[in-house]
Amino acid sequence: MSTLALALEDVAHAFGGVQALAGVSLAVPAGCVYGLIGPNGAGKTTLFNVITGFVTPDRGRCLLHGAPITGLPVHEVAAHGLARTFQNIRLFAEMTALENVMVGLHRQGTTGVLGAVLRTAGARREQADFSRRAADLLERVGVSGHAGRRAGTLPYGLQRRVEIARALATAPRILALDEPAAGMNAAETDALRALIAGLRTDGLTVLLIEHDMRLVMGLCDRLAVLDRGRLIAEGPPATVRGDPAVIEAYLGHAPVAGAAC
Amino acid sequence: MPEARRLRLLGLALGLAALLLAPFLVDALLGRAWVRVLDLVLLYAMLALGLNIVVGYAGLLDLGFVAFFAVGAYLYALCASPHFGLHLPFWLLLPAAALLAAAFGMLLGAPTLRLRGDYLAIVTLGFGEIIRIFLNNLNAPVNLTNGPQGITMIRPIEIAGVSLARPLEIAGLTLPSLYLYYYLFLALAALALVISARLEGSRIGRAWIAIREDEVAARACGVNTRDLKLLAFALGASFGGVAGALYASFQGFVSPESFGLTESIMILCMVVLGGMGHVRGVVIGAAILVALPEALRYTGPLQRVLFGSVYIEPSDLRLLLFGLALVLVARWRPAGLWPSPVRRRELAERHAPGGVEAGR
Repeated sequence: MSTLALALEDVAHAFGGVQALAGVSLAVPAGCVYGLIGPNGAGKTTLFNVITGFVTPDRGRCLLHGAPITGLPVHEVAAHGLARTFQNIRLFAEMTALENVMVGLHRQGTTGVLGAVLRTAGARREQADFSRRAADLLERVGVSGHAGRRAGTLPYGLQRRVEIARALATAPRILALDEPAAGMNAAETDALRALIAGLRTDGLTVLLIEHDMRLVMGLCDRLAVLDRGRLIAEGPPATVRGDPAVIEAYLGHAPVAGAAC
Repeated sequence: MPEARRLRLLGLALGLAALLLAPFLVDALLGRAWVRVLDLVLLYAMLALGLNIVVGYAGLLDLGFVAFFAVGAYLYALCASPHFGLHLPFWLLLPAAALLAAAFGMLLGAPTLRLRGDYLAIVTLGFGEIIRIFLNNLNAPVNLTNGPQGITMIRPIEIAGVSLARPLEIAGLTLPSLYLYYYLFLALAALALVISARLEGSRIGRAWIAIREDEVAARACGVNTRDLKLLAFALGASFGGVAGALYASFQGFVSPESFGLTESIMILCMVVLGGMGHVRGVVIGAAILVALPEALRYTGPLQRVLFGSVYIEPSDLRLLLFGLALVLVARWRPAGLWPSPVRRRELAERHAPGGVEAGR
């Protein structure tokens, strides 16, 4: 397990005069849950957008399992095995939960216009296969009872899970979750924690932006802390939480022990 | 469920019989002029289904769709009329119209890939106007399109030596020309409907709808949005091209003024009014918007009988009612008159006591 799932080399990006990322280098080992934390505006989401191809950085590059992905279109980054969810859920609201997940399977299919119009045996088989796999994924995230409902009408917690199922459908090697626990109650967060831990057991690398410190400290194998576009600490949670630079970034100057609440 | 299946087959058979008998019934009850309206309903249904792929599925607001209609119509007009002395056969021109329109669709799609919503609408509107203005002015220095006079004496469609412009006698039954066109248009509109419906539920259709719902998320799911948008433009345009070729032969005459902005907006209204993204709704939308103006013609004489003179011109009334219909649909039925099954199920659930909505 010594291989790197993701490597960032000196990534820098500015929006106008704001230096969102000022030279960040990271190494994410494969098969772990890697937390990315930091105060608001630290550059976490920008870093996510760089990794997933939505933003091409001014400087530096990203390697996904050794393959450079910087500058590739988003759908090709996805094809390299990187899936993501969004901070503010972005489901296809008018589609059912099942169809949402089936869109995630899109790349693994081959049915074209002709196959779809003629309903060839191959197209029918693929459709049935997609539908079964999508149902399995929904069951895995615990939303199987709502497969036929329009995604936009599902309760918030379920929408988060459908989004995770959709990301998993792309058969990723790295799953990037942007604040998955935001707005969840304690029970929902616990279910999320179990889900992510299960994904890790299956060998998936999970990259996690999260503000819920209980979740982050309990779940992540390693943490990176960003502040104002810089990496200020990196390591196992126990080390990071005692780091003076981290405490300062979160709480100001007073040296408080055990910043995690 | 063999019972449900049998019922479905029965419904299908009855529907088919009704469609086949429609021109006879309409002719007997309403008169020959209404058979012509029926033909036009099918033609516009084809157009609306084409635009539905672009607007309804992929969510790309296209206000210049009539341009593809024009491309198909002029291709047919130029290649089957005395204008150039060309008389190419129908079976060749129909696919050619589809292909040429598809090429124009890509031509419009390629530079507008990054645009969405209002911006895309403005560019497509401009594109539609450009095509019309070209057709209007390409009569000098070389006379290609005969300018504003348009092209006349376009050959009617001939299938296996049978001209659709003359009545056909089969087994003692005389089918007038309008009936023959009806059956041809019916077959092609049905084809357009089947293609649309099958695409909708397929991998391709899902990717289009995903782009409509959230393009960013669609890309993150690995959907190549560029290729799929171009595909939507090309395929939608090809429907328009076929409808255009049929229109040219049906009317026997084309001129640039048939392809203005109002026409594009009419087709868009059919899609929106009927139910965006739902093929049956779109066909209903086309039927209503083609038949309504014809029905409103009667209001002129009616007003004269009732009030002694015509206070509101039927053509003004038409625009008034269209506007009103759109406002009412936007307010009360935002998903259209006949929304897609998923939407209907949702509405039913919300109203049912103890529905899933209560689980929140």
